[in-house]
Amino acid sequence: MTQTRSLIDENGIRTDGRTGNQLRDIQIKVGVIKNADGSALIEFGKNKIIAAVYGPREVHPKHMALTDRCLLRCRYHMSPFSTDTRKNPAPSRREVEISKVIREALQPALMLEDYPRATIDVYIEVLQADGGSRCAGIAAASVALADAGINMRDLVSACAAGKVDDKIVLDINDTEDKEGGADMPVAFMPNHKQITLLQLDGKLNSEEFIACLNEGITGCMKVYEVQRSALMQKYFGNETELKE
Amino acid sequence: MSSSRRSTIILENLRKNQIRELIASGKRLDGRSPDELRPLNIEIGVIKKANGSAWVKLGNTEVVAGVKVETGEPFEGLENKGALIVSAEVLPTAASYIEPGPPDEETIELARVVDRGVRESEMLALDKLALIPGKIVYTIFVDCSIINMGGNLFDATSYAVVLALATSKIPVFEIIDEKVVDTGKIQDPPINTIPVSVTFARIGDSLVLDPSTEEEACMDARITLTTNSNGEYTAVQKGSNGFLTIEQVKSAAETAKIKGQELRLKFQELTTTGQ
Repeated sequence: MTQTRSLIDENGIRTDGRTGNQLRDIQIKVGVIKNADGSALIEFGKNKIIAAVYGPREVHPKHMALTDRCLLRCRYHMSPFSTDTRKNPAPSRREVEISKVIREALQPALMLEDYPRATIDVYIEVLQADGGSRCAGIAAASVALADAGINMRDLVSACAAGKVDDKIVLDINDTEDKEGGADMPVAFMPNHKQITLLQLDGKLNSEEFIACLNEGITGCMKVYEVQRSALMQKYFGNETELKE
Repeated sequence: MSSSRRSTIILENLRKNQIRELIASGKRLDGRSPDELRPLNIEIGVIKKANGSAWVKLGNTEVVAGVKVETGEPFEGLENKGALIVSAEVLPTAASYIEPGPPDEETIELARVVDRGVRESEMLALDKLALIPGKIVYTIFVDCSIINMGGNLFDATSYAVVLALATSKIPVFEIIDEKVVDTGKIQDPPINTIPVSVTFARIGDSLVLDPSTEEEACMDARITLTTNSNGEYTAVQKGSNGFLTIEQVKSAAETAKIKGQELRLKFQELTTTGQ
């Protein structure tokens, strides 16, 4: 990617008014889908994404079942109205790949060995897309999995970092993703300090690579706080009420 | 829908344990050191009908890549650039468990990661491949056939694509009366850089470069890093069901840069003498 125009002004302010290490506004609502075993709605900047979890439940078709652990299935899908130009509803190659990397990002956190011969199905629907929908999707899905009461080692937080105007910045938005110099989505288990998703496209030298990775992980820690308080809110009410 | 059921060889637990124990002590079943590549054998220009081709043998893995050049409409949002399309197919010849049919998610991931390495490094100067900007551009197809599976398809496929492109001779098209005319002449494609992909498997606490089929069957996680001629990272993909620590990512990045440079020198030698 070669950048054609400046995306950070002389005061260090980005196209959407944020500073370099500032996240977009994040809101997570837990338990938004009545029929699902666990669910969450995340609003991450202009992203609006629903994650619903069904399971552990019986596997169909049955031959897909695993004898020693639970099957994990994941679908990332964008609604046709979620983008500037209508998106064909049939799954694209991009969505197939993202479904796979999201599943692989969630799997290390799940105790799948606790539910042999069953399946856990994770559905992620992007209702409105901004940049960083895979990260927002992972954050929502991991909250939905916790909401479903699945045994987990940790939550999975996710955030992208990247390079814009030769500066490393946190949480790349749509414009920066399309016009900027690099985009690195990271998913991280905050308590185990383990990376479960790492992708990069763009150009980074060694120092920038390390800086970008660290920035991404810092972002994940901030997203983790929002995930945690959303779950606390649902299960324990807000803290002021608790004290009373 | 993506499923955690993987199509791979069945490896006995005893064998798995043997591989894991060996790797934990810094050794590998085939006698390689942790950051040693299997024998790499490359033949260039094996497919005469293609505009460029390469047949890569990396250990037991065999991949043929062919370049075909046509003209067509540009991609949306990239109106002034030539179109590059990288695809991959794992042929039913490749292993007993492969069946013919549309590509599965692993093959789609493979093609997209290889494509990302070539695209993001800007190996081809696509802005020099527009004929009528916004209307007609060069369309460059690189199709890969995996003819035998022996582990580490990512690197073998990437090397095949890069070498097929680097040694290709593409037709010179001209626009006469708003129509595309093939002049019958050929030219070198505009090459900026040589991207090199390097893949590691994490097995236990160790990283091993260029995993074989058996090593892949017992790996915990995978990471592929692509560097360009300036030693910059242009594409990364973590794969498989496990995690990586921050230190493991950093050490993989460091080794990928060094190994990438070694391989690049070898590729450059091949592309200058192989023509």
